[in-house]
Amino acid sequence: MIPASRRRLAVLHVIVAALLIGLGGRVWYLQVRTGTAYASLARQDQVRQVVVPPVRGQILDDVGRPLVRNRSSLVVSVNMAAVSRQPDGGAAELSKLARLLGMRAAAMRAKVRLCTAGVPQPCWAGSPYQPIPVDEHVSDRLAVQVLESHSQLPGVTAQVQPVVSYPGPASTAAAQVLGYLQPITAQEVKQRHLTVTGFSGVDLVGQSGLEAQYDQQLRGTPGSREVSVNAVGNVIGTIRQASPKAGDTLVTSINSAVQQDTERALAGAIHRAQAAGNPGATSGAAVVMSTTGRVIAMASYPTYNPAIWTGGITRREFRRLFGSSGSEPVLNRATQGEYAPGSTWKVTSTAAAVAAGYSLAGPYACPGSVSIGGRVFNNDTPSNSGAMSLHQALVVSCDTVFYELAYDIWLKDHRNADTVTSPHARVQEMQKMELAWGFGRDTGIDLPEESTGTVPTRAWLYDFYRQYKSFWCKNGRAGGTYLQQIEYDDCQSGNVWTPGQAVNAAIGQGYVTVTPLQLARAYAALANGGTLYSPRIGEALISPAGHVVRRITPPVAGHLPVSRRVLAYIRGALADVITQGTGAPAFGGFPLGKLQIAGKTGTAQVVGKVATSVFASFAPVRHPKYVVVVMVPDSGFGADFSAPAVRQIWDGIYGLEGHKAALPGGRLPGLPKITPTGNVVAPAGFARRKS
Amino acid sequence: MSFPRNSSSLRDRRRASPYRGLAPVRPAGLRPRGLPPAGSGPAGLRGGAGRPAWPPRSLPRRILASCARLRKLDWILLAAVLALGLVGTLLVWSATQPSLLQAGADPRAYLKKQLLNIGLGLILMLAVSTLDYRQLRLLAPIGYGLSCLGLVVVLTPLGSVVNGAHSWISLPGGFQLEPSEYAKLSIVVVAAMILGELRPGDDRPRMRAVMAAVACSAVPLILVVLQPDLGVTILMMTMLAGLVVLSGIRLRWLAALAAAGGAGAVAAVNLHLLKSYQLSRLTSFMNPSADPRGTGYSAAQSKIAIGSGGLLGHGLFHGPLTAGNFVPEQHTDFIFSVAGEELGFAGAAVIIALLAVVFLRALRIAAQADDQFGMLVAAGIAIWFAVQSFVNIGMTIGIMPVTGLPLPFVSYGGSAMFADMIAIGMLQAVHRHLSIFS
Repeated sequence: MIPASRRRLAVLHVIVAALLIGLGGRVWYLQVRTGTAYASLARQDQVRQVVVPPVRGQILDDVGRPLVRNRSSLVVSVNMAAVSRQPDGGAAELSKLARLLGMRAAAMRAKVRLCTAGVPQPCWAGSPYQPIPVDEHVSDRLAVQVLESHSQLPGVTAQVQPVVSYPGPASTAAAQVLGYLQPITAQEVKQRHLTVTGFSGVDLVGQSGLEAQYDQQLRGTPGSREVSVNAVGNVIGTIRQASPKAGDTLVTSINSAVQQDTERALAGAIHRAQAAGNPGATSGAAVVMSTTGRVIAMASYPTYNPAIWTGGITRREFRRLFGSSGSEPVLNRATQGEYAPGSTWKVTSTAAAVAAGYSLAGPYACPGSVSIGGRVFNNDTPSNSGAMSLHQALVVSCDTVFYELAYDIWLKDHRNADTVTSPHARVQEMQKMELAWGFGRDTGIDLPEESTGTVPTRAWLYDFYRQYKSFWCKNGRAGGTYLQQIEYDDCQSGNVWTPGQAVNAAIGQGYVTVTPLQLARAYAALANGGTLYSPRIGEALISPAGHVVRRITPPVAGHLPVSRRVLAYIRGALADVITQGTGAPAFGGFPLGKLQIAGKTGTAQVVGKVATSVFASFAPVRHPKYVVVVMVPDSGFGADFSAPAVRQIWDGIYGLEGHKAALPGGRLPGLPKITPTGNVVAPAGFARRKS
Repeated sequence: MSFPRNSSSLRDRRRASPYRGLAPVRPAGLRPRGLPPAGSGPAGLRGGAGRPAWPPRSLPRRILASCARLRKLDWILLAAVLALGLVGTLLVWSATQPSLLQAGADPRAYLKKQLLNIGLGLILMLAVSTLDYRQLRLLAPIGYGLSCLGLVVVLTPLGSVVNGAHSWISLPGGFQLEPSEYAKLSIVVVAAMILGELRPGDDRPRMRAVMAAVACSAVPLILVVLQPDLGVTILMMTMLAGLVVLSGIRLRWLAALAAAGGAGAVAAVNLHLLKSYQLSRLTSFMNPSADPRGTGYSAAQSKIAIGSGGLLGHGLFHGPLTAGNFVPEQHTDFIFSVAGEELGFAGAAVIIALLAVVFLRALRIAAQADDQFGMLVAAGIAIWFAVQSFVNIGMTIGIMPVTGLPLPFVSYGGSAMFADMIAIGMLQAVHRHLSIFS
């Protein structure tokens, strides 16, 4: 070998050794120094976390009939991330799938498009990487067919998935009470720390009603599965698995038979009002409550069938539900409707008068009209009815008696606070009593949305005036229409608690508004001897295994500052309302011997509108068990529309006048039992009534 | 007939040999290292001049004779190669089993084929190793011609396109031939032949010889560029450059050649001689995160697989990324990623160590070769294996661009295994010769 070659060969040795050391060092760095980082990267690569959605708990009525049922269903979903990878963007595959499922291709395309700006419903509001459910009621045969044509339909899957259904007939749905579920938004996930179940592609979360209130308990705990996947994303094995825990079942105190009767009676009252020439009567609410604070039925009109929420709502349905036409069937008018209570309010005024030192016996004059503060206030009956006790004033619903009382109390009240200049002004004597009856504030019912109604305290007046002063001053005219005159006066002296406002408030008009639920619980307090409950719809939460997780009892919200004697006196007067007073015409022929009812009519005059028809009642008079309240605004006299509806509801509860008793003898059922296999056993004496 | 396992049985058998006394006597100082002193085989079998009167004519004698030739083999080199082949076969098995199972095919299909490749390769190696390496000079032009012909054929419609390159000739029966693997061999031998032939009186090759070597290498090189196969091109140029340097030409000529080569490289880039996918491979190597789903994907996945192996790996057949087929071409070009993931740093280090044994034994054979041709053949093969291994492993660990070069003896493949084994055979032939004469 020539020397030059020998030297250069030696250099080659060094170079090769350097290459080897370089390789070894780099491999050592990758595997030993930074190996753990790469191990976690590898895990991300080949392990997919799949969240298995739990079955949502059911909502049952008081004897175990399902109001909302959750069942499993075969759902066909399309993974657009996979489908759109095809050369034609998946158009051919989607039309093929549409043909298979018996859908129109255009409808299929609409279902899988993403909801972005300018895209009308229906569209997919979820993540574009989630499988989009296109058919939630697939037969087994069809599901197998979809799975078998996997090679021609890549990205299309058929899976068992929990689906919510509403088994009751559309009219008994208690739609607003139950609420609805909607796909969860990213914001809600963050706020509530929920796990998104990528498995189903639809993460439903309760958005209103009981579904929202008890969402946490109903939704259960999602299970998780860790699967290993290969490079193209096919699952090649399961690493770890934790089963999902089904949600608890919510047993409510709603009795679906009473609910059905209540919804029918309410709808009937509204239809009668419309037939009587009041086309404005388009809404109303009814509440049936036990005197212990349990809600037995709660109806709101107009209503809708909650089943429209399942499988995606159409644009037209959505507009009908939320449209600004004023109807808005999603509103629960029993808790969100604020209506003038009219003469049903006189029970608080009576209590206030007694508290102010006026005697029950009187006598009080009941003229056809009185002039107070320069304004004339008329009674419903124009003629003078003579002197009477408060008992009689309630029975015949004499407004002028209460006008005079209210004016008298106003005169004695702390007058120098009447021009309200501070939000901390004293509450007037009568309004103190109204607040104590639970008006003007939330009842605290187990529903997410509730209105407070209005008790016109001085503080309220202060806020009200501040808010509307500029509006009134702009619109008001001294010599204009009636409304313009009022607005002119309000602009000048809206912050003054005038005698006119005081007397109007005493008969449940003017600024006074209540929700039907507030009225019902106030009457329940009257009936039960003074305990004001925070009403509850939920009765118990029962685990999937059948254990009672939590019993829900209506908490006591307060006690009426009224003596038992006075409450009994008022109850007696209200009993006579039915037999000889303003309620008598509506209860003609009612078997009062079987069920003695007490009640109060209310006909609240509202400026520019037809009166609000109100009827509040409780029964049996001796040991009251239930309260029934119906309010229909824009309809007319309380005795004409609401009272007959109330009568119909009582018939249904006790099984009178040819009706079947929903709660025989007025007895409240015990808790239904749930067997570990998921069967519901009705409480003793309440065998299932097929409906 | 089995090979003697240890020296005692060797001696026993020798004592029984009737030809013992006929063995030619050599000066004791020239005895080959590592072999028993006397009677170290019938030296009369060596080729060339001085053939003794004793060539065994009968069949048993011939077999005994070739057995004796095998005794002169570099057993350490052979053992390292066999160990690499064995490890490679296991890795190929592990890499291909899951997808074969998924496809419903025989999960050992690749295992069996690779064992066959190794078996055939061993036969080729043994056959070549028994040649007098100087006979290679006679065979070299034939091999050169055939491989150039093969390279022409792949460019015709007879060649099949894989990953954008015309690299393969599909043969009937599912066999494939990759002529560029044999072209590497022929470049080594032809260049070594031209550069190793010194004119009488010269002490280094002349520039004319260098030009001739470059010209001869240029034909297969251009054909490979036309495929186009970037990896093989780089490898061939490196081998040629190495051989030219080692041939002993003057440094100033070397400098001139380097300048010319540099100018050529600049021209190649500027004249768009590189295909767009080759450039993208090179650029994605520089910046792998720019396109993680494209050309950088393989490199990134391979790095993750190797890194996740840690010190001891997941165990053979238990690498999750390997089972999930995350690294493309993991049984061929990216076989090292399987080793890294399943065998960990320990296994990867063993493979690198075995490769080191191969390179260093080849360089040792080169250093001990008794003529320029033998030295250049052995050194060329050492450069070939070292560069190819470095580029291959380097691309799996992210220090080299992704090219289509297999890992010698480890990657799955017939042509590569045969060419590599023939090269080992040549090393053995050179070694055997020097073990006789040195």
